[in-house]
Parts: sequence; structure tokens; C-alpha cells
Amino acid sequence: MKQPGSPEPLLIISSSPHLHCGSTVSAAMRDVLLALAPTLAAAVYYFGTDALNVIAASCAAAVLAEALCQKAMRRPVTITDGSALLTGLLLAFCLPPQLAPGLAAFGAACAIIIGKQVFGGLGANIFNPAHIGRAILLASFPAQMTTWSLPLTADASAAVTAATTSATTSATPAAADAVTTATPLALLRQAEHLWQAGTMPPDGLLPDLTALFMGNTAGSLGETCVPALVLGGFYLIWRQVIDWRIPLFYIATTGLICALYGLFNNYSPAFALYHICSGGLIIGAFFMATDWVTSPVTQKGRIIFAVGLGLITDLIRLRGGYIEGVCYSILIMNMLTPLIDRYIVNTPFGGGKRHA
Amino acid sequence: MFSLKNSFKGGLKINAAKELTENIPIQKITPPEVVVLPLAMHIGAPAKALVQKGERVVRGQKIAAAQGTVSANIHASVSGTVAGIEKRWLPGGKMSECIIIKNDFADETVPAVPRSPESLTAEAIRTLLLEHGITGMGGASFPTHVKYLPPKQVSIDTVILNGIECEPYITADYRILLEQPQLVIRGLQYFLKAAGAQRGIIAIEDNKPQAIALFKQLVQGSGNISVTACPEKYPQGGEKQLIKAVTGRSVPVGGLPADVGVIVDNVSTAMQAARSIESGLPFTERVITVSGSAVNSPGNFLVPLGTLYSHVVTEAAHGFKTPPAVIICGGPMMGFALQTLDYPVTKGANALLCFDESSSAAAVHAESTCVRCGRCVDHCPMFLEPTEITRFVKQQNLEAITNLHAQSCIECGCCSYVCPAHIPLVQYIRLGKQLLAQKK
Repeated sequence: MKQPGSPEPLLIISSSPHLHCGSTVSAAMRDVLLALAPTLAAAVYYFGTDALNVIAASCAAAVLAEALCQKAMRRPVTITDGSALLTGLLLAFCLPPQLAPGLAAFGAACAIIIGKQVFGGLGANIFNPAHIGRAILLASFPAQMTTWSLPLTADASAAVTAATTSATTSATPAAADAVTTATPLALLRQAEHLWQAGTMPPDGLLPDLTALFMGNTAGSLGETCVPALVLGGFYLIWRQVIDWRIPLFYIATTGLICALYGLFNNYSPAFALYHICSGGLIIGAFFMATDWVTSPVTQKGRIIFAVGLGLITDLIRLRGGYIEGVCYSILIMNMLTPLIDRYIVNTPFGGGKRHA
Repeated sequence: MFSLKNSFKGGLKINAAKELTENIPIQKITPPEVVVLPLAMHIGAPAKALVQKGERVVRGQKIAAAQGTVSANIHASVSGTVAGIEKRWLPGGKMSECIIIKNDFADETVPAVPRSPESLTAEAIRTLLLEHGITGMGGASFPTHVKYLPPKQVSIDTVILNGIECEPYITADYRILLEQPQLVIRGLQYFLKAAGAQRGIIAIEDNKPQAIALFKQLVQGSGNISVTACPEKYPQGGEKQLIKAVTGRSVPVGGLPADVGVIVDNVSTAMQAARSIESGLPFTERVITVSGSAVNSPGNFLVPLGTLYSHVVTEAAHGFKTPPAVIICGGPMMGFALQTLDYPVTKGANALLCFDESSSAAAVHAESTCVRCGRCVDHCPMFLEPTEITRFVKQQNLEAITNLHAQSCIECGCCSYVCPAHIPLVQYIRLGKQLLAQKK
């Protein structure tokens, strides 16, 4: 206003624009946490207090690890932005419900320390931290990480059938627990062997497709209930937190290849649907692959990223030794994200000519 | 997924916030004691002063002459005595020689030379635009006559009048549309003749239904002039975005609207051109919107060029209601923050916005790390990657920012507006453009 020395208040001088939409990183994190609420409810409904214990341990360890790391590095502690809590929650959703809470906490600490903080914290990490945590747990505790239980709501007789049939072909020894079972993806593998041999799988080998869709099946505690995940995913698309291209192209690519593969091999027509509703595909497509930090920044890049996810997921699921490919496909495509961003550059308005 | 009819890709919806002033008719303000007329208030070469200290001038008298092709004449906006010629700062950080005139309140004006429109050739119209110091009134102040001297190999088929006014708060163009519609249309007719163009389009954003209805009625049966209503979106008033929205044509990178056969001029420029051509009185006053939470009486005011903003605030807006925390010359998306009100109203100034502490414009945010959400990329109306450009500007990697087309940035501010990490992206890109300019 006046020249310096005047009693008038000084004016704020900043570069344009002088307005802001009001969004913040922590508000977006809160949106994602809110979008995961239906899944949290489904996890508790299907897996009870076991699920709650795993979730609590994972979330607490993630937040604590973030705070300790930042303290140790003498950086500002940013646990209130919600990103560590989100990592903890997402990791928990990718773990077996009966996992010891101590292991969940160990995984969450690894996710934060090795997956995020060593790279420099939020925004600098190359890999999805939650999936880093899961990969470390899987490599360190393979038995515990592949021991699955049926939901509390599942039909007990189905559990017994499933358990006995799975014991022969499942990659992991079933623990001596009455409700221990194989996941739908493991059962699909068995069905595939039978289809390839020209026989039909016995009734009750594959879970009912409706039960699979609703989440009334064995699996990681937050990955089974498709409607809850899709509801949250649509909320995030509506709030413009995530780009619809990633879930759409990821799920479509995975489904299409499975459908063609099934058709080619004379599998049941429902083969592709089983694959879409099984394992971590839906949670991966809506909540993991869409992670801002580790996915490309351009729309074209995100489509390539999502198609790549579908290809790798199916490569692992259909031709790999391991039955689930979502986690590794996301980690591999995370690795390729800087490369995609480097080579997939938007053509500016008015064509691609460069300035002289 | 989204209809792009009469629109463009990228950009965003911003609260227009025009209700403070949109229904307030233009008021003429009490003339000031002194006017300060910068010789470099337009794009291009500064004008050369034709008067000396102590000389008496009358309103409308040419006091500085255009130098070279891209430049503009400057005329006295009040009658009085030249008090001096001195260097002063302009909003935006440019310094310019300014002619300072002390008003004698005699309001003596140069003799008017009215002309009949029919007798004018294209050449005569161009000369009159130059003679009367007409420059773009939408913000950039590009000398208007230069637009009508395109290279010989291009032919112009369309003249678009820009009545979009997509910046929040500003209603100066809107009031001109409502209060001087005939002058706007006649201005467009002169422009069409000067360009040898077949069709004229008046583009108005659909948040101004009253103006759209008025102009649709007025141009009915005129044959070559039409009205296009564009869905509200920022920055639709950007020249390239507007051409895309209205004609579907894309101006090539580094090119001009003339490359796609189009000339764009602001509706207020058309109004001023018609008024000057017909009355013989040059460009010496303009309408500016004074708005924001801190002023007593927001409104649209007709102000002599060179009037200091301090006078505008006191006389027109009746001073401050609350202590201002931010004062912006121009719109909140692309305007300049002022540190003092001792700046003159220039030919391109369309608004003065004053906000108090409680306003969101006064909020100061710390920049945090980029989380790569890509929103800046999604909303960029030039399809650039602001976050990537910013990363390389920080590294001073000029090759990388050239390859990312930093030069194409129109500085609309969409990227900074949507950034959840509050990174001042457009400021970094501006810095990058400056680094590139220094290298050349």
C-alpha cells in the first residue's frame, strides 16, 4: 500500500495464480481411506476379529515406522498426512486374515522403511510401499502367507471339500486347521488341470461365482468383496482422486486375455469371470495401481501402464509357477513408470514441432 | 466422454465470482489530479515522447508516437500540463518512461473528426487503429493494427470477438457487451473489413445468458456475424483455446492465429475501435472492474488511462472496508500482485481486485513434495507436463525443458490451481522460459 515505514499492513506478494482449488495431499489420502471403509466393513464381516487384529497391527506399525524414520533422519514428521496409515491399511487388506499380527506389523514396518522412507519419503518412492511389504512377507514367511481360511460366513461342508481337494495340488502344505482352504485362484489351477485332461472339475471344486463376487470366499482379508471395492473405486473416480483409465484398462486387459486363453483351451466360459473376481485384481486395479506416486503422470502413459499390468498379471497367473500375479505385476510396472514417463510425452496443443 | 462442442480440452471450472459487480452499470469516475502514462504500456517497442516538461496538452492529443511496426501511439487522457517524464515501475515488474500530466480540469479535448463508416477502406481502418492508439484491452495490450497486417501468404477468413472473460471477478467486458452492443458489432464490422474476412463470430461464455440473448437478437439477419455460446471453462478466453472452441482449428506450436486464418480481438477493443473510428477521439479511457472483499463499493468504472489505482480505490470504490491483504491488478488467475497502489491504469488493465485476510486469495501455502498425481498434466490446456517441466527447471536442464515445450506455456495457472502439494508450477515454468530466453 504505502511506502515502507508506513503503519499500513504490508501486502502479500506472490506469483499468479492467486487462487487455489483447496485440495491437499492429506485430503486426498482421507478420500482414499474413506473409499476403503466399505472394504474394511466387509473384511470384518467375513473374517471377524482376526481381520481387525491384522489391520490394527499393520496400521499402527506403519504410522510408528514412519514417525521413527523421520525422527531418525531429522526430517519433519508427516504422519498426519494419512499416507502411512493408508499404506498400513492397504497392506493389511493384502494379507491372510489369520496371519499373526506381529508379522503384519513387521511387513508394515518394511513397507514404510524399505518401500518408502529409504527413497526419501512420500513422492520419491519407486514402488508401491504396501506391495513391497507384502512381497517381503511372502519371501520371508511363505507358509504363513499362503495359509488361507474360509470366511466365518462360509458353508462348513464346502470348506471340508475344498480343503481336501486342495491338499493335493496346492503349492503350500495346508495347515492342520479345519477351516484352512485354498484360494479361488488355487482352485482355478486345479480346474485348469482337469480341463486340460479333458475332464470336468467335480461340482463344488470351484466356488460359486456369486459367492466369489460377494467376497464369501477364502483370500486376503480385503481383496475378496468385489462390490465394496468397486464402490470405493467409483467414489475415488468421482472425486477425481484416481484416473478411471488404470482400473478399466487393467481389468479389461486381464479379463480379455483370460477369456481368449479360456476359449482357446476349451475352458468353462466363466473362466475369465473367475479370474476377474479372484485374488487381488480388483483391489489392485482400483487402489494399488492407481497410487499417484508410482503410476505415470500422463493419460496415455497410464493406459500403457494398465495394459502392461494386465499382461504381466495374466502371464504369472496362467503360465507362472505362482498362482497370483497382481502384486508382482504392479511392482514390475512401478519399475517401468519412470521409463514410461520419459518416453510417453504429451504432444503439445498445436502439434509436435519443436521450438527453434 | 465429455462433449467438446464449442469448448477445448484441458482447463477447469472455477467459481466465476462475478456476482459482486455483474449487475452494476459502468460509472464514470471523478478525474484524477495527475495521470501517469507509461510509454511501454503495450507489447512491442515503447512509444517515443512528443511532448516536453511544462508543455500544455489537451485530452486526445498524441503525446507519444509508435516506434517501429509493433508499437502504439499514446494520447493525453486529461487536459493539463506535462509535469515531467520519468521512469516508473509497472505492475508485473517492468520499468517504463512515463509522461506525467497534471490535470487542469478544463477538460479541453482535441477537435473531433467524425467519419462515415461506409467511405473507409481496409487500409484506412488500419491507419485509424494505429493513429488512435488502439491496443488489445483483454490484458496483453497487443497493438491492434498489427494484427490486421498479416503476412501476405495467409488469408484471414474469420474474426472472433472474445467476450469470454473467463477470469473470476472481472465484469468489465460483460458490462461493455450489455451497455455498448451496437459499438461492439460495428467494431467487428470494421475489423472484418480491415482483415478482408468473411465471417465474424462473437464468442460469449454461457454464464452470461443475458449478453448471449442480446447479441443473438442484434445480429439476426446480419448474415456474416454470428454468436457462439461456449460452455463455462477456464481458460476459454485464451486465444488458442478460444479459436479451438469456436472454429475447431488448432494454432500450431509457436504459430499465430493468422496461421489458421483467424484474428481474435477482445469485445472491448472492438467497442473502442468503433468509437475512435467514428468519433475521431483516440483511446484515452477504459473500463475496469474493482472488486474483492476489501473494497466498500465494488463496481465497473470508466477511468482515464494513467489514473493511479490509489485514486480509483478512493474515488470509485469509496476506499477499503477492511484492510487489504492482497491487491491484484488483473484477474486472480493471471494478474499481478501489487505492493502499492501507486501504479497507473494501463491500456490492458481490466480489473483491480482487493482481498482481505479472510479471503482464500490471501492464503499462503508451503510447497511440499510432488506426489505425481498428474492433475497438472490432466488440466493443462496446452497439453504440457508442468510437473516434469518443473523438475527440470529445478535442475536447470534447459534441453529437457525445451523438449517438454515449456515455451508453449500460456501461464494460465491451471496447474498451480489444482496442485494438491501447492507447488507454484507456473512460476517455475515462467522461470524456465526466462532461462531459455537468456540462453538465446
